[in-house]
Amino acid sequence: MSYRWDWSVLVSEPYLGWLLAGLGWTLLVAGAAWVLALAVGVTVGVLRTLPNRAARTLGTAYVETFRNIPLLLQLFVWYFVLPELLPAPIGNWIKRELPLPEYWTAVIGLGLFTAARVAEQTRAGIQAIGRGQTLAAAASGLTLAQSYRYILLPIAARNVLPPLTSEFLNVVKNSSLALTIGLLELTGQSRQIESATFHGIEAFTAATLTYVVLTTAVILVLRAVERLVAIPGLMARA
Amino acid sequence: MTISALRKASPIAPASVERPATIEITRISKSYGALEVLNDCSMSIRKGEAVVVCGPSGSGKSTLLKCVNGLETFQSGSIVVDGVSVGDRNTDLTRLRSRIGMVFQHFELYPHLSVLENITLAQVKVLRRSKTEASEKGMTLLRRVGLGDKAGCHPAQLSGGQQQRVAIARALAMDPIAMLFDEPTSALDPEMIKDVLEVMTELARDGMTMMVVTHEMGFARHVADRVVFMDDGRILEDAPSSVFFAQPSTERARIFLSKILRQ
Repeated sequence: MSYRWDWSVLVSEPYLGWLLAGLGWTLLVAGAAWVLALAVGVTVGVLRTLPNRAARTLGTAYVETFRNIPLLLQLFVWYFVLPELLPAPIGNWIKRELPLPEYWTAVIGLGLFTAARVAEQTRAGIQAIGRGQTLAAAASGLTLAQSYRYILLPIAARNVLPPLTSEFLNVVKNSSLALTIGLLELTGQSRQIESATFHGIEAFTAATLTYVVLTTAVILVLRAVERLVAIPGLMARA
Repeated sequence: MTISALRKASPIAPASVERPATIEITRISKSYGALEVLNDCSMSIRKGEAVVVCGPSGSGKSTLLKCVNGLETFQSGSIVVDGVSVGDRNTDLTRLRSRIGMVFQHFELYPHLSVLENITLAQVKVLRRSKTEASEKGMTLLRRVGLGDKAGCHPAQLSGGQQQRVAIARALAMDPIAMLFDEPTSALDPEMIKDVLEVMTELARDGMTMMVVTHEMGFARHVADRVVFMDDGRILEDAPSSVFFAQPSTERARIFLSKILRQ
């Protein structure tokens, strides 16, 4: 192979700056998408466990819609199709006025997609608790909302922390798809560097290692959280 | 505060005069499709009475108990607790439930909360007591059930018998007008059963209105005022406990007693 290795491109300007900018966008997209995914996902997950049939149907419809369409396609729909379908003034506003359209589209697309998966985990976490706790809460006069707030959700959150950690990692990695709608996050910047320098292997290696560092950090932080909230006498300390 | 102090000014009536019924169950029926779970059941529990409901597994006794605070629905008949109709659509069930204590077979303590938090949660969130007041009440009750030193523990760190006593304290903390027990000792080791029964006996002696679904015939015989015997969704007997044990009037109850007492 006559590839001319040159790792120095990674630390030379402007490429180091590009990589750092990419890392910044990855963090911003993944962070905001995760907040959105948790908020929507927990809500939808709770809907799927309520006694009310309409609420359950609504929750199921959300989950099946967002988890059965490829994420890449969803991003394209949000970015290219939705502005055309909306009434002209709104569509035009999105196309012309919305600041950072690639960013917000990536956050919403990734966030709502991940929310469907968070919703399923929330539902499983609640349903794993068993009916007795709900009955005990009801018997003591707590309302349904109170029993979710003080009993079911705190227990469910502990139940689903390990799978939620995986989901958070997916958000970090899936944020790379945002490059397809023009957001120069970490993977996108690596491609830019390849185009500019023909040193793609170095650039992609740097991106890969950065992802590994990021996801390892997420894992360590969430493991610490798991230990912090472990129920004495019940959950083995990881 | 003791349980007797919680029972406000109950009119001290001669035994011959009917005290008001705290729980009045009238012709309750319930079925799942073709399966009849409760068939025309009527019984009442007067203020200060302890009534044991017994019968073979699947006889409907737990279901009947859960109908009293609306955890189970029923299709016909009525249940009135302290003048409030449980089945009425307009009844504020949440409020009614906050006035009826319930103890479950599997304790159902909240695993993520400490023992004291288990006891204060509903006091603070439902009765709007201050945290201090709720904690004081919780500690008093914990000491009463012999677990004053376990306030900071989590349920999983306690034995089954200790958990059940916490569950009783949790129910008592709401100053209930009546207590429902759903096989409170069925999930316990023999040694622990005694501790729980002692607490229940003391409660009954203090005049708590109690409906107890149990297989503990010693408790039924020595503590309960009356015994209700169920089989196949029907109430077959309803008699003072001395009468029930001395001369059960149905063959079915005789067989049940001979089997359960032989152990």
